[in-house]
Amino acid sequence: MSGQAVDTAVGVGLEVPPSAGPGAPSLQKRAWLGILRNALRLGRTKIGVAIVLLLIAIALFGPLIAPHSPTAFIGVPNTGPSSDALFGTDALGRDVWSRFLNGGRSVLWMSVAATLLGVGLGVIIGLVAAYARNWLDDVLMRASDVVLAFPQIILALLAVSAIGSKLWLIVVVVAIGHVPRVARVIRAAAQEVVERDFVKAAEAVGEKRSRIVFGELLPNVTSPLLVELGLRMTYSIGLIAAVSFLGLGLQPPSSDWGLMINENRLSITVQAWAVVVPVIAIGLLTIGTNLITDGIARAAIGIDGRSNR
Amino acid sequence: MSTAVEVRDLRIELVGRDADVVDEITLEIEPGEVLGLVGESGSGKTTVGMALLGHVRRGGRVGGGAVVIDGRDLAELDASGLRGLRGGTVAYIPQDPGTALNPALRLRTQLREMLDSHGAGSDGERGARMREALEEVALPSDDAFLARYPHQLSGGQQQRVAIAMAFACRPNVIVCDEPTTGLDVTTQARVLQTVRELCRSHSVAALYVSHDLAVVAELADRVAVMYAGRIVELGTRDQLFGAARHPYTRRLLRAVPDIQGQRAVVGIPGFAPLPGRRPDWCFFEPRCELATDKCRSAFPPAFEFEAGHRARCYHADEAVRDVPVEGGVEEVHVQREPELALAIRNLDAHHGEHHTLFGVELEVHRHECVALVGESGSGKTTLARCVAGLHKDFTGAVCLGSEELPPAARSRSAEARKRIQYVFQNPYASLNPRRTVGQTIARQLELFFPRQKDMGRRVGESLERVALSPSAAEAYPDELSGGERQRVAIARALAAEPDLIVCDEITSALDVSVQAAIIDLLRELRTEMGLSLLFITHNLALIRTIADRVAVMTEGKIVELGTTAQVLERPSAPYTQQLLANTPSIAAVA
Repeated sequence: MSGQAVDTAVGVGLEVPPSAGPGAPSLQKRAWLGILRNALRLGRTKIGVAIVLLLIAIALFGPLIAPHSPTAFIGVPNTGPSSDALFGTDALGRDVWSRFLNGGRSVLWMSVAATLLGVGLGVIIGLVAAYARNWLDDVLMRASDVVLAFPQIILALLAVSAIGSKLWLIVVVVAIGHVPRVARVIRAAAQEVVERDFVKAAEAVGEKRSRIVFGELLPNVTSPLLVELGLRMTYSIGLIAAVSFLGLGLQPPSSDWGLMINENRLSITVQAWAVVVPVIAIGLLTIGTNLITDGIARAAIGIDGRSNR
Repeated sequence: MSTAVEVRDLRIELVGRDADVVDEITLEIEPGEVLGLVGESGSGKTTVGMALLGHVRRGGRVGGGAVVIDGRDLAELDASGLRGLRGGTVAYIPQDPGTALNPALRLRTQLREMLDSHGAGSDGERGARMREALEEVALPSDDAFLARYPHQLSGGQQQRVAIAMAFACRPNVIVCDEPTTGLDVTTQARVLQTVRELCRSHSVAALYVSHDLAVVAELADRVAVMYAGRIVELGTRDQLFGAARHPYTRRLLRAVPDIQGQRAVVGIPGFAPLPGRRPDWCFFEPRCELATDKCRSAFPPAFEFEAGHRARCYHADEAVRDVPVEGGVEEVHVQREPELALAIRNLDAHHGEHHTLFGVELEVHRHECVALVGESGSGKTTLARCVAGLHKDFTGAVCLGSEELPPAARSRSAEARKRIQYVFQNPYASLNPRRTVGQTIARQLELFFPRQKDMGRRVGESLERVALSPSAAEAYPDELSGGERQRVAIARALAAEPDLIVCDEITSALDVSVQAAIIDLLRELRTEMGLSLLFITHNLALIRTIADRVAVMTEGKIVELGTTAQVLERPSAPYTQQLLANTPSIAAVA
């Protein structure tokens, strides 16, 4: 309570104004960019970004360079690699390499959509719960607990088998699985912010609740938010690939990495490539996003992404 | 006996950068002597204190010089030698005992640990020594007390346990790092007395690190003043407080509010240079009114004036003449108007089950500044929050003019919210770190004056009103110093063009020179804009310079209310008398 001197900030001085240019960056941009820039200095993040960029490139441009149609029968089923088919043919005699090049898009867009949807909803619920601090907080958090009680994959299978295998449904179900997990993390982070004086200052002048939640709280939870985005992306990829593998995602004859594993698993001893290639792709994608997330998390808490501040 | 502590030309620098944190530190402490080391934040005083324990913070290293304790050079000790030294020969009393004591261990365990690791005497002797140590700091030494956990003690008791631990192994040297900063004046007085008595009776050499000149004036035999990593002046207590030689020391003394002197506090403009940005000459030169070309030639050497009184300034003789320590009497109190700006009627407040305020009655007239003084836990902040609509759980009335306000800020009219503004204690927490200063102030203007054009210019004007450059609008709070942030918080409050500003301990997180500047600013704004102020503080010395009337609060009740002069000179309530007696003062020395 007494006069504790904590004045250690880098004083710009009253006479020496800060030399920010006319086009000073906007607030959100700065907070996000600072963490991302620090994260990118870490080796792990660089590797992660390289892997993910490579796989995105394959998914986007793969169909353009594929030698065959993904659904064309080009030879005897389950033959090994040859000059015509780089990784041989699958159980139905289609080109593994061409199907691989065509099969990345669905898992990518579905993962991204599920992640954005799930994290978006989770952030809103988490912030509202943290700011409400009353019955609403309890209702939201207990409802989250109910969803948390079901394993995410069971939830997904339940919905898909009840309503039918529609791609948008898979995205929504995976997203719903993310919501309570994200909400808990964001709520915990925001609870500490809610107690800070600048939130009270906003309340004292009658700032609207929505502006307090999105204007005062949200910018102060960017670090856990970035980490959650990366982490949920990793989980989304795994889940969506798993749903496809179980045959509830994309339907044959479309090419999809998860579906490819399922179609060729019986002949794995004869023609392993048809399974190994998509497995490696999904594995690498998960590892890549995870490395990025880890880098962001380290930069956010300042482990070794040392900024000069 | 020889010198207990000898520091010679100590330099501590940042690894990998050609920047010194502290340099040319030379001091010695005799057994039984208390040396006060004062300085503002960032002056390097804690760094020097830690160096006596053979500790350098991460990222720093000893770049030269020597620390000799009891004839042993710390640089020659290995890790186990240092461990033996710490606690045994050199003990440490931390700033915050709440974090220094392990919350999971009983007091017995913690005290025994200290004695056991320095292994003096038999088991029984250690047990006896432990109880003795507690008795020395006037704490009970029975088993029931020893079985307690730190959280079961008050702040003052915790600090005395920390002192008992420090003195338990009979050290020769003790380093105190602002040990009374978090304590009330009454507790502080008791803790200071304990430290003083123990140092005297056991012939312990003490280094007392503090930013509080008044505390040092009470306690220390000799005082060293640090500025930007150098000791700029060193002398006995009387030499320093009676006839300071360095312009910085003199300005610092003038910035300290004093309970006895009826004088205005005057801040020091500018700021201390940081490591790596210090000039090749006198570091105080840019802020010094006596600076000449000679000051820009080299850092002044230490000139000795009387035995033991050294100051590093070329113009020390002129300083005594030309830099006044006294700021002159200033009693320019604004004429108080009969109309009320704020009236608090029979207010009772609760924190859950706790009844915290009891029938509080307080009035603030228009253009008047009323100080609300009390120790921590007295309920003064709760009262402030009731006024601002941040604490809803109360009965009674808060009236703005003649209009009774609803408890919650959200249920009040926009007009009422505009007319009462609140400035928070800690400027590090009251500004959103993710918004620029300009965005923060612009939002306030938008809220209270919608549909007005030319936002950029109006933000600039708001900043200029608190003596900040309009270009500060582009800065984020973490790019500003504490004083600058508090100015921004004040600018935000003023942007609403309020009638009444509630200031909740707004200078307690700031250095004295910055505090003086903020107080100065508030006084100016008050006359200029005709503001009423409810000024909450624990610092009695501060109110003389700003308040017209004073309300003294304890345990949720106002025990005394009167004009500033009345309350400070002829206090009627026993509590006020005790508070005044315990407040340390520089004037008592000088």
